[in-house]
Amino acid sequence: MERREGEIVGAACVRPSSLQIKAEKKQGNSETENKCIKKKKNMKCDIVLAGVGGQGILSIATVLGLAAVENNLYLKQAETHGMSQRGGAVQSYLRLSDKPIFSDLIPSGEAQLILSVEPLESLRYLNFLSAEGYVITNTTPFINITDYPEPEDVMKSLEKLPRVVAIDAEEVAKHAGNIKSSNMVMLGAASPFIDLPLNSLEQAIRDIFNRKGQEIVDINLKAFHAGRAFSEEKINRLK
Amino acid sequence: MHKKLLLGVEAIGQGAIDGGISGVYAYPGTPSTEITEYIQENDTAIERNLHRTWSANEKTAMEAALGMSYAGKRTLVCMKHVGLNVAADVFMNIAITGINGGMVVAVADDPSMHSSQNEQDSRYYGNFAMVPVLEPSNQQEAYDMTIAGLDLSEKTGVPVMIRITTRLAHSRSGIILVSSPRIENCLSLPADPLQFVLLPSNARKRYKNLLALQAQFLKISEESIFNTFEEGTDKSLGIVCCGIAYNYFRENFPEKSPYPYIKISHYPLPENHLKRLESQVDEILVLEEGYPLVEEQLKGFFERGKKIHGRLDGTLPRAGELTPDLVAAALKIDKPVLPNLPGILVNRPPALCKGCGHHDTYRALNEVMGEYGKGKVFSDIGCYTLGALPPYNSIYSCVDMGASVTMAKGAADAGLFPSVAVIGDSTFTHSGITGLLDAVNEKSNMVLIIGDNESISMTGGQDSSAFGRIEAICEGVGVLPEHIHVLESLPRNHDLLVSLLRKEIAYNGVSVIIPRRECIQKMARRKR
Repeated sequence: MERREGEIVGAACVRPSSLQIKAEKKQGNSETENKCIKKKKNMKCDIVLAGVGGQGILSIATVLGLAAVENNLYLKQAETHGMSQRGGAVQSYLRLSDKPIFSDLIPSGEAQLILSVEPLESLRYLNFLSAEGYVITNTTPFINITDYPEPEDVMKSLEKLPRVVAIDAEEVAKHAGNIKSSNMVMLGAASPFIDLPLNSLEQAIRDIFNRKGQEIVDINLKAFHAGRAFSEEKINRLK
Repeated sequence: MHKKLLLGVEAIGQGAIDGGISGVYAYPGTPSTEITEYIQENDTAIERNLHRTWSANEKTAMEAALGMSYAGKRTLVCMKHVGLNVAADVFMNIAITGINGGMVVAVADDPSMHSSQNEQDSRYYGNFAMVPVLEPSNQQEAYDMTIAGLDLSEKTGVPVMIRITTRLAHSRSGIILVSSPRIENCLSLPADPLQFVLLPSNARKRYKNLLALQAQFLKISEESIFNTFEEGTDKSLGIVCCGIAYNYFRENFPEKSPYPYIKISHYPLPENHLKRLESQVDEILVLEEGYPLVEEQLKGFFERGKKIHGRLDGTLPRAGELTPDLVAAALKIDKPVLPNLPGILVNRPPALCKGCGHHDTYRALNEVMGEYGKGKVFSDIGCYTLGALPPYNSIYSCVDMGASVTMAKGAADAGLFPSVAVIGDSTFTHSGITGLLDAVNEKSNMVLIIGDNESISMTGGQDSSAFGRIEAICEGVGVLPEHIHVLESLPRNHDLLVSLLRKEIAYNGVSVIIPRRECIQKMARRKR
C-alpha cells in the first residue's frame, strides 16, 4: 500500500443528520481552519467497515484515510491482519475527529456508520451503531460457510433497521464498467453520510488507482459516483 | 511539521531506521510481521543497505542481532509473543552478557488470540530477564520509544524490550518524525573481551553486574518522560494505566479524568509515582493489556494494603484484550443498553482459500486415514491448521512451531499406528528439522507430510527460508531417498498421493511426502 504524508490537525467531520454536502473550503491556513473548528461542535466520525477477508475493505479505508489526512483531521484506523483474513469475518474501525483520538477501537453504540460490503456482515457490528447511525450495505451475499442464513432472511433483518441504505454494489459496478469496482460503489453510497469534501475523496481514489492506469481510475470514479447517486436519491425520497 | 500515516508496527520500523540501526532480524508472526516488511520496503533502509532479510526462526534472528550488537552496531529484532519462547534461551542470556551496539527487542503480543495459540504477556519475560521494558500507548510513542529504546540500551548496556499488542500493531495514525535521525554506529568490538563469555566464573560476575544495574533501571524509569502522574480531584479511586490501556481510560474521560492516574509506559514500575498515588487515594484500579502483572505486584500476597482492583478481582475479565467498553464498566460509567443482534447471525471462521494446495492434501489424507480412525494426525502452525475445522477435520494437534514432527514421533514411540505429521515448509525449517533428526535416529514409524507452498503464507506470503531445498534437507538429516516423495498438490494427483500415503504408512520407518504447489495468494501477487 502506498504510504502518504500529511498534516493531521484541524477541522471538519460528520453530520449524519445533514445529508447535504456543503462545498468545503480547500485546505487553508491554520487560522481559517481554527475558526472552522470553533463554529462546529463535537466533530467526530466513527465508522465500522465490515466484510469478509479478501473482499478488500481496506481500499475503502485507505481512500477515507487519505481524504481525512488531506483535510487535516486526526485519524485512527484499526484493521484485521493475520488468520481471519483467510475468508473469515473482518472489520476495520475508522475514527476521524478534529480532536485527538484516544482509543483505536470504537466504543459500542458510538459509530455513525456501519459500511459493509456484505449483507450478513453488516449485522455483526450493530452493537457499535449509535442510536442515529446508518447502515450502508451491499446486498450481494458472500456465501463461503455452510450455515449461511437464507439471503431473504438477512434482507428482512436489514429492513427492520431504522436507517439503512442497501445497494446491489456488484450490479451497479457492472454498469460502471467493472464488477471489481463494487467497493468504490459502496464508498460512494456512504459518502453523503461522511462530511469529507467530494474532491478529496475523488483525489484519494485517483491516488490509489493511479498506478493501474487512467481507465481503471475512471471506472472507479464512475462506480463511486453511481453509488453516491443511489444514496442521494434514497435520501431525497425520504425527505 | 513532518507527519506520516503509519501502523503501530510500521512506526517501530521507522523508529528503528531513524534510531540508526544497521539491521533488523525477524521471523514473520502476526501481529509483528510488518515491522520488518516496512524496513524491507523503506527507501532509506534500501539505500543504506540495512540488513533486512528474514531469519529461519526467532532464535536465529536474535542471535544474529546479538552478533551485530557485538560488532558495535545498533539492531532491532522482532517477533510475536510466542516467538520469544523460541528465542528465550538467547534473550535470558543477553541480559547477562549485555550488549555493545544498542539492541531493541520488539515483541507483539496477541491478547484475545486473534491469530495465536495463547495470549502470554511478554512483559513477564522483560521482568524475568531483568531488563527495561517500554510499552507504547499509541503510534507516536511506538516510534519515539524505538529511538529512545536504542539510546537506552546503549546507556544501560542491556537490550531493551518494546512490547505492543495487536490493536496498536495494526492501527494506523499520523506520527511526527524526528528532524535529525541517528546515524549508524561504526564497527567496534566490546571493550571487555570476556563480556560475552558466559563461562560460570564469568557468568557469575556478569549476573552480579545485572543485579547491580537494577537500581539504575528503576531510577531511569522513575525519571522517564514515558511515565507520568496526573492529579485528580476525586480521591476515592486512583488509576494505574499501562500501555494501550491508557487510551481506553482516556476514551472515557477525553477532557479530564476526575481521578488521579499514572500512565505507565516504561518498566521497571516507577515506585515514586505509585507511592504518590497510593498515599492519596482510597482504592486503586489497574488497567493493563494482557496478564495482571502490575496488579499482582501491587497487591502482594497477603493483600494488607489498600484495595487493588483489576483482572484478578473480576473488575475486568481475566482473559482477552481490553476495550473502551470494558474499561467504562470497570470505572462504573453507565452505557446505554445495546440491542440484541439478529438471531440469524452466524460465525464466519477463516477457511483455506479456494484452490489452495493444502485442500488437495487433506482430501487424500482423509481418504487414507478414514481406514484407521480419528486422532492419528498431528499438525502445526500455519494456514494448514485450518484443516482442524470442517469440512476437513483432518488434524488433531496444533501446539507450537515444529511440534507436529516430534509429537508424531512420541506417539509412534508409544505404539500409535499410523502416526502422521502435517507441517508447512516454513514451519519445518523454523523448528521441524531437529525433530526429524530425532525420528531418523530412532527409525520411528511415522509419515511426515510437508505441505510445501513455497511461502510463509499465513503472515502474508514471505519467502520461505529453504525454498526448493526441502527434500535435500530431509535427505541430509538422514531420511532414506526412496522414502522421500515430491509431487505437485493438484486434484489430478489425488490417486498418486493416496497410493504414496498407503505405501509409506506400510513402511516401518521415517517417510517424508512433500506435496508442493505455490500458495495461490502469493502466485496472484507475483502475477499482479
